[in-house]
Amino acid sequence: MSIQLECKDLTLGYEGSAVAEELNFSVSEGDYLCILGENGSGKSTLIKALLGLKPQMSGEIIRHGDIKVGDIGYLPQQTAIQRDFPASVREIVISGCLPKCGLRPFYTKEEKKLAGETMARLGITELAGRCYRELSGGQQQRVLLARALCAAQKMLLLDEPVTGLDPKAQTDMYELINELNKSGITVIMVSHDFAAATSYASHILHIGAHRQLFFGTTADYLASGVGKSFSERTVSEENG
Amino acid sequence: MADLAAKLQLYFSYPFVWYALIVGLLIALCSSLLGVTLVLKRFSYIGDGLSHVAFGAMAVAGITGLTNNNYVVIPITVISAILLLRTGQNAKINGDAAIAMISVGALAVGYLLMNLFPSSANISGDVCTTLFGSTSILTLKREDVILCIVMSVIVISAFLLFYHKIFAVTFDESFMKAAGVKAGVYNLVIAVITALIIVLAMNLVGSLLISALIIFPALSAMRVFKSFRSVVICSAAVSVFCAGAGIFVSVMFGTPVGSTIVVTDIAVFFIFCIISLFTRRKAL
Repeated sequence: MSIQLECKDLTLGYEGSAVAEELNFSVSEGDYLCILGENGSGKSTLIKALLGLKPQMSGEIIRHGDIKVGDIGYLPQQTAIQRDFPASVREIVISGCLPKCGLRPFYTKEEKKLAGETMARLGITELAGRCYRELSGGQQQRVLLARALCAAQKMLLLDEPVTGLDPKAQTDMYELINELNKSGITVIMVSHDFAAATSYASHILHIGAHRQLFFGTTADYLASGVGKSFSERTVSEENG
Repeated sequence: MADLAAKLQLYFSYPFVWYALIVGLLIALCSSLLGVTLVLKRFSYIGDGLSHVAFGAMAVAGITGLTNNNYVVIPITVISAILLLRTGQNAKINGDAAIAMISVGALAVGYLLMNLFPSSANISGDVCTTLFGSTSILTLKREDVILCIVMSVIVISAFLLFYHKIFAVTFDESFMKAAGVKAGVYNLVIAVITALIIVLAMNLVGSLLISALIIFPALSAMRVFKSFRSVVICSAAVSVFCAGAGIFVSVMFGTPVGSTIVVTDIAVFFIFCIISLFTRRKAL
């Protein structure tokens, strides 16, 4: 398995103050990496850095082989603007092909075909003509996932993909991501869902306040006990 | 009825009525195209803000005594549009506060200048005309019409060329940035086109009613249609229809052009609201 993405002594922050320091981890082809961390642990800053939208304060992000900036399919969290946006599913999915267009004003036949195939792959072909704002939360996430797959076929970066979904839709979403991963796509998922992370992911990166607590395989993570406090706290928060 | 037809025929034998109609329809078309994007990007008020800037610039242009005010007004408005969209990203001053600041400031400075250096005896009349565009569309010169046609061609072709990009950047800026699209450039394109439309539209409805021309057709179309393309097409159709109907009514009954068009837009908006009630029920 070849390494696609590597972070060495990566420190991230805003205006001179670090939010996450000394991150060391790597992602290989076909991995399913889950980045766990509480709010304020610098998860979203890390996402921006991985996507190439934000420069790091120190350390480096190395993109190996054929992964370049822009080659990571990104599933962002939903914004308020999108919730009442009049757009059909087809229009949104094909907009994932836009980065390939450059200055060309229209989509080519191949791009339309790719959009159609991706919709079929995620089981949303029959929704193609529907309005995005009338879909359920789970369907909306599938649409955005299809768009991400149109933009990049090798690696996906998912930012809390199940937020706001009901339990059934959450399970469906996790299963779908798992299938995509099995078909060879590298997945990086940011989450604070301990249970899902440990049952699906192959690797875990756990970030605490300002520093990295753990990076390794899921089995090692469970054995190490680093996640124990996190899981107990999550459970007690949910119960309380 | 025959009386009405005869009256129409008489009016349309004058070139200035034709000029008004051409300019009115083109401006309505241009403003509605961008209206959808602006409403969705939560920039409904940028039209208002920029039109006040254009008002201030108009006052400055009046003092300089240039033959064509547009040479001063267009650059100032375009620069303000770019600055406004920039501050929206930097967030030192919030987007809405920046718009309010610039628009109120420009309005005050403009009115002050108009009073200090009056270009005609009737200042309040001048101000009223600039704000509500009462009759200026009927006093257009050939030169204005040509300028308007050229600008409209620029706006419409830019919109068509960048259509997919404008859609994508409006729907999800962060995704496009992550995928390597220069979202900032397209936001700049949107800002410049918006500024051009607003300067154009000042001739038609005046600076106070420009927002109406931009947002009403878009809001009407969004009530009923469900894809971005159909919303854009419908909003253009609604806007052109309302402008045409408004100009006819105002020519026939001597009502102020700008407000007549806006009232037509409001009426259509309510009709679309009622239609959406029925279509929603059917969907359930």
